[in-house]
Amino acid sequence: MNAHDASAMARLRADFPILTQRVYGRDLVYLDSAASAQKPRSVIEAMRATMETQYANVHRGLHWMSERATDAYEATRDDVARLLNAPDRAEIVFTRNSTEAINLVAHSYGRGVLRPGQAVLISEMEHHSNIVPWQMLRDAHGVGLRVAPVTDAGELDLAAFEALLADGRVGLVAITHMSNVLGTVTPAERLVRIAHAHGAKVLLDGSQAIVHRRVDVQALDVDFYAFTGHKLYGPTGIGVLWGRRALLDTMPPFLGGGDMISSVTFERSSWAQVPHKFEAGTPAIIEAAGLSAAIRYVEAIGYDAIGAHEARLTDHALARLAAIEGVDIVGHAQDRGGVVSFTLANAHAHDVATLLDRQGIAVRAGHHCAEPLMRRFGLDSTARASFGLYTTEAEIDALAAGLERVREFFA
Amino acid sequence: MSESFETLRDLYQDVILDHGRHPRHAGRLAAFDAAAKGDNPMCGDRIQLWLKYAPDGRVENTGFEARGCAISVASADLMAEVVAGASVEEVRALFSAFRDMAKHGADARGTSEPNAALAERLERLRPLAGVHEFPSRVKCATLPWHALIAAIEGTQETSSE
Repeated sequence: MNAHDASAMARLRADFPILTQRVYGRDLVYLDSAASAQKPRSVIEAMRATMETQYANVHRGLHWMSERATDAYEATRDDVARLLNAPDRAEIVFTRNSTEAINLVAHSYGRGVLRPGQAVLISEMEHHSNIVPWQMLRDAHGVGLRVAPVTDAGELDLAAFEALLADGRVGLVAITHMSNVLGTVTPAERLVRIAHAHGAKVLLDGSQAIVHRRVDVQALDVDFYAFTGHKLYGPTGIGVLWGRRALLDTMPPFLGGGDMISSVTFERSSWAQVPHKFEAGTPAIIEAAGLSAAIRYVEAIGYDAIGAHEARLTDHALARLAAIEGVDIVGHAQDRGGVVSFTLANAHAHDVATLLDRQGIAVRAGHHCAEPLMRRFGLDSTARASFGLYTTEAEIDALAAGLERVREFFA
Repeated sequence: MSESFETLRDLYQDVILDHGRHPRHAGRLAAFDAAAKGDNPMCGDRIQLWLKYAPDGRVENTGFEARGCAISVASADLMAEVVAGASVEEVRALFSAFRDMAKHGADARGTSEPNAALAERLERLRPLAGVHEFPSRVKCATLPWHALIAAIEGTQETSSE
């Protein structure tokens, strides 16, 4: 994939039917992929084909159709294990999304393994989904919550991070692998080394990172990794928690119900083995087929090509936006992905988003579910442009031109 | 410039841009009888509002501190302007009529026809009627009113959600 090869990009964009839509009479310029990415035809087709040719409930039926559906569902687990380079496919737990994956760890590892008096360490640049579950754990279970600060550049303050681990009471570090606001990619391998040296396990929230980078849980040496399908060009309603088998085995279940038990009487129930222990109820069968197709799509293009394309786009966006009078970019990390937050003088982010929208340009505006980070930078909201593998430099030029109009409008 | 961009003038009329940038009623009142906060958790808009009654029970003065978009600040400022001198019942009627206007446009008629005195006040809010074409922004315009009603009713916090 080469952004300078227009025909290759045109072919790639043709994989995404929605990109031909027009908004207010203009070509859609979709710069909100960090909120949710658009879907290639192969994902849409996989879900349709599942419903049309091999749909039944999984892990239950003794009939042919249920066996096919079960095979396909379990094949997605293999695809995810390959994507993450997980050593054991049973370590892949399907959830609804990253939020549920993190809540699973907060509930099962937090209440089942961590002890009152221990603490969880997060960072100032977490999404609410990696803040609130730990607050709930703190309030219910007496596990402390510590917050590692970020620098003015929007990078994790490593010295402060290590200092917060020094007393050995932190049992778990839960931290983003890439900020959804600042675009900052955190130095995960280093964080894991530091945390492990102080006796803490590490959960990485990979919701953003896995869209842009190859994730190898063994190379990272991390303990838990969470991501969601819909940001990775897959469907909504399916996410993943990967965890080390030895940890998952010791954790009590999260939700109770069908499929997660080995036997039930009214006196007691016993739990199924991982991963089924954590997959109560009928799972997202159709969405699993979509996730498989999404993973294969990303693998076919390759993370090297995706990363190179997005790095070019991000550099281009930073240069174009910085040249606009009154634009202030929030977050200047050295290592960053395709997410750019900014403010415009004399215009509130919501007004900016509305004015861009009327030019066919979709950006996000608000606190991006990261209110504490907004406060850290003295802001209420920012506008955010985020890029996917289908984003073009021409779209970023359209954003820059659109912002010039917005600036004139409020001048 | 495209036609769709030009229609933004319906939303961002000069009155709104002016009041959004230079609100006349911004600031905490030195003396007040009621106060409330309003919060739109989806977008992060916040308003804090103080209310002072005249001896006859009518609204004497309203002050506010808002952090939000041009629409929400302008709406708060125009609201403070039109409720001055209004009775509590009139404020409620204005809110009802304004909410209809924000949701359905200036020509929409709600369930209650405002009387002449209210119609005059309502006319002042007409520049905000354009929000009805922007469904995601209607709450920006109504948030200050929710806060005002909360202040009148003695509720401390409210939300436009």
